[in-house]
Amino acid sequence: MSEPAKDDGNGRQGRGGNGEQPGPVGAAPAGAGWLATAGGAVATLGRTRLRGWRPSRWTIALLFLIPALVFLGVLVVYPIFFSVVRSLYGTPGQGFVGFHNYKAMFTDPTTLTAIKNNAIWVAVAPTLATLIGLVFAVVTERVKLRTAFKIVIFMPMAISFLSAGVIWRLVYEQDPHIGLANAGISAIVDVFRPPGQYPNATPSQPQLLKAQGYAFDTASSHAADTTVLLGLVGIRPSLVPSNAVQARPAQAQPGALAGTVWLDFKPGGGGTAGAIDPGERGLPGIAVEALQNGKSMGSAKTALDGTFFIEGLDPGVKYAVQLGSSAFRPAYGGFSWLGAALVTPSIIVAYIWIWAGFAMVLIAAGLAAIPRDVLEAARVDGASEWQVFRKVTVPLLMPVILVVLVTLVVNVLKIFDLVIVIPPESTQAQANVIALQMWRVSFGGGLNQGLGSALAVFLFILIVPAMAFNVRRFRSET
Amino acid sequence: MKRGVMKHKKFILVMGVLAVVGLIFAGCGGGATTTTSAPATTVTSATTSSTEAATSTTGGATSTTTASLPDLTGQSMEIAAVWSSGEQDAFQKVIDAFTAATHAKVTFTSTGNDIATILGTRIAGGNPPDVAFVPQPGLMAALVQQNALQPIGDLVSGAASQYYSKGWIDLGTINGTMYGLVYKLANKSTFWYSIEALKNAGVTVPIATWDDLISAAGTISSSGITPFSIGGGDGWTLTDWFENIYLRTAGADMYQKLATHAIPWTDPSVTTALQDLAQIFSQSSWVAGGNSGALQVTFPQSVVQVFGSPQKAAMVYEGDFVAGVITSQTKAKLGTDADWFPFPSINGSAPAVMAGGDTAVLLKDSAAGKAFIQFIATPDASDIWVKQGGFTSPNSGVPLSDYPDPILAKAAEEMQKASSAVFDMSDQMPPAFGGTPSQGEWKLLQDFLANPGNLNSIQQQLESAAKAAFGS
Repeated sequence: MSEPAKDDGNGRQGRGGNGEQPGPVGAAPAGAGWLATAGGAVATLGRTRLRGWRPSRWTIALLFLIPALVFLGVLVVYPIFFSVVRSLYGTPGQGFVGFHNYKAMFTDPTTLTAIKNNAIWVAVAPTLATLIGLVFAVVTERVKLRTAFKIVIFMPMAISFLSAGVIWRLVYEQDPHIGLANAGISAIVDVFRPPGQYPNATPSQPQLLKAQGYAFDTASSHAADTTVLLGLVGIRPSLVPSNAVQARPAQAQPGALAGTVWLDFKPGGGGTAGAIDPGERGLPGIAVEALQNGKSMGSAKTALDGTFFIEGLDPGVKYAVQLGSSAFRPAYGGFSWLGAALVTPSIIVAYIWIWAGFAMVLIAAGLAAIPRDVLEAARVDGASEWQVFRKVTVPLLMPVILVVLVTLVVNVLKIFDLVIVIPPESTQAQANVIALQMWRVSFGGGLNQGLGSALAVFLFILIVPAMAFNVRRFRSET
Repeated sequence: MKRGVMKHKKFILVMGVLAVVGLIFAGCGGGATTTTSAPATTVTSATTSSTEAATSTTGGATSTTTASLPDLTGQSMEIAAVWSSGEQDAFQKVIDAFTAATHAKVTFTSTGNDIATILGTRIAGGNPPDVAFVPQPGLMAALVQQNALQPIGDLVSGAASQYYSKGWIDLGTINGTMYGLVYKLANKSTFWYSIEALKNAGVTVPIATWDDLISAAGTISSSGITPFSIGGGDGWTLTDWFENIYLRTAGADMYQKLATHAIPWTDPSVTTALQDLAQIFSQSSWVAGGNSGALQVTFPQSVVQVFGSPQKAAMVYEGDFVAGVITSQTKAKLGTDADWFPFPSINGSAPAVMAGGDTAVLLKDSAAGKAFIQFIATPDASDIWVKQGGFTSPNSGVPLSDYPDPILAKAAEEMQKASSAVFDMSDQMPPAFGGTPSQGEWKLLQDFLANPGNLNSIQQQLESAAKAAFGS
């Protein structure tokens, strides 16, 4: 390849219909790139071997393909075959194990969970993402600010999946002060069921006072004209209003059931349970009711010293005393989105948030390509908008929808990043998927790359049908 | 024309090499990486003469005690460890001292909790760091099995015999060959509490026995604050709870048997320990956030729940490194707001300490790596970090007076006087069982926290997971 190019170039010019000047090819600036360079190399190669030889179309095609083939071979074909071979070996200590890894794969409960989760993913995520994308695509056709709308929907695609995972991890935090999802729910719940002033209170003498939901009922009945002492503990001193004063026993009154509700815990310890010790304050603002056979016969509120007087009761009759639940209901504690039960659906929502935009953009492009006159014709024939959508738009869009769906299926089979980022460690096993399990067994604790390879091969086999479908589509379109 | 063609071939070659190098580098990324000096230039040796000048200025005067180290001008190395944020900053000062003495360029990679995974990936890719600090002897054993470690016995023999007791040497020795040197120790039998919260509840410290702890928990709960904060989002905090109880109920001999899987996890001694643990776990109102909430609390959060604002719990059990989280992430002051007492004795058990630690291992036969291992064995290398706090050293060359606060000196002292001291059990076991997030013991104890009632089933699952990991 070291012969001067100029003479040959001149000689060749007449023969080949190739009007291109070999000279310029050789001298093309370095920036011209692979194509020009490869062309130059091919031309020179042909000329060295045989002066009068014209390489066949196949030879030229092959020569052009070599760089791609080398890259494909090194980066795709070799790893696939290596994985298949590797999957027949165990850890470095075990050597050749035959199909043991495949057997282990389908008997290990962790892997079975991963396979089950992958099935849920494939069944749910692509369909929902495509459906939502379709709805968005059709709706954005009709709104004014469609570009702005589309940008917003497509935006999540611009974020790395890792960051998106971190965002959703925070959205799903159980503490409503941190997690956005629970903050929204708690804002609504707290309006309808406002949290009480003394959440998490418990009776100081459980034998006297029983919890009924968040309310407390006395275990025994008390006659009007008598007094009761109802001590509570487990209340943070800072939650007791600052104007509350030292608790004191109530004075018995005729026709009234009286008593004291107080914080039966002496700061610093040392008090007696059930007795009002110095330094123990009353719990004001608790609704107290006198119950007879479950029916309210009178009510009162506790005062600053914790005393209450339920008046207008029949002397001699016995009543149960109830401390109303409104004072004790805890603030909404947050829903466990990432708990064992809901962790996979929660991650799927995050996935759809990211990929619905992708589906929308592709489907919107397909929508723009639909001939308007077909739609017009349908409308002129008297079809309703729904019928037009159902019978004309969707069938015409079907090829695009299928491509989106299959692409998402392939994508979902390989899902990894969201599953490793979103769930806390405690529920990651319940959210496990094949790709994550493959990574964990290969490089995590066990360092069992044989089992990992087997999982990779399994994943590959699952993906092949979807890929084949896509390839066939591409072929039929060209 | 001829030169033109040649130019192109060169161009293709350069492009190809660049592409391949690019691919290799893209493939080898992993973990957050910080570089002592100029980043990105670590591979090209042509530029070192300019960068090393920059590097050497960081050190200034060379320390005399480390003068035996070779001059490594122009050499670079990488160190991987689990340390991040505050600990990483502290360790950086140790690296700086090494750089000052040897002029080697050192890159530190923080792996986070997943060090087994990251080292595994890097070793499989043929690109391990020179030196790693592994938090689990079990992981070290797994690496030895893969022939991924270099022996270090000859490198540290002098320092080791002078400053390290036999127990620590044994811990780094596998089949008679020394592969690891314990560098950073942690006393993992420390029970931390909010001084204010326990005072309000009228609970006296130290809480000496388990029964006292349970009754104190009731009192603290009555006082209006949740007694325990549990970092159940990190499985390892739960294994530490279990190990401390097991060490006290079953004794050090049984502890070591369980660690080597000489007795099964279905053993009655395990049942006893788990029952004790369930005394706390099954009281949902005693655990901040309840059982399901605790499962989402990471270790640092569990400390902040006790010493941060708003205060959500009164006590948190974990090792002496809790001090580091308190000082870096809360406004609480050690000694005035926060203190600790030794993990309570159970049924009259003698004082016992469970310790964890990071062991330095050598993964590459490089001059810089070897020099770093030599350096890390010297008292100086430990002293730099001891003085910064949050660090306990097994190196007897480090004077106790160098510990910056009495709280840590107490932790170091406690380790010396303990009648039985054992190493973290889960760290001794194969990482698939005792050292990987959402697998094995980590995961199963999380399941136990989620549902403390299913003790039998948990024990059986622990046993079958242990069997799989131990291969027996």
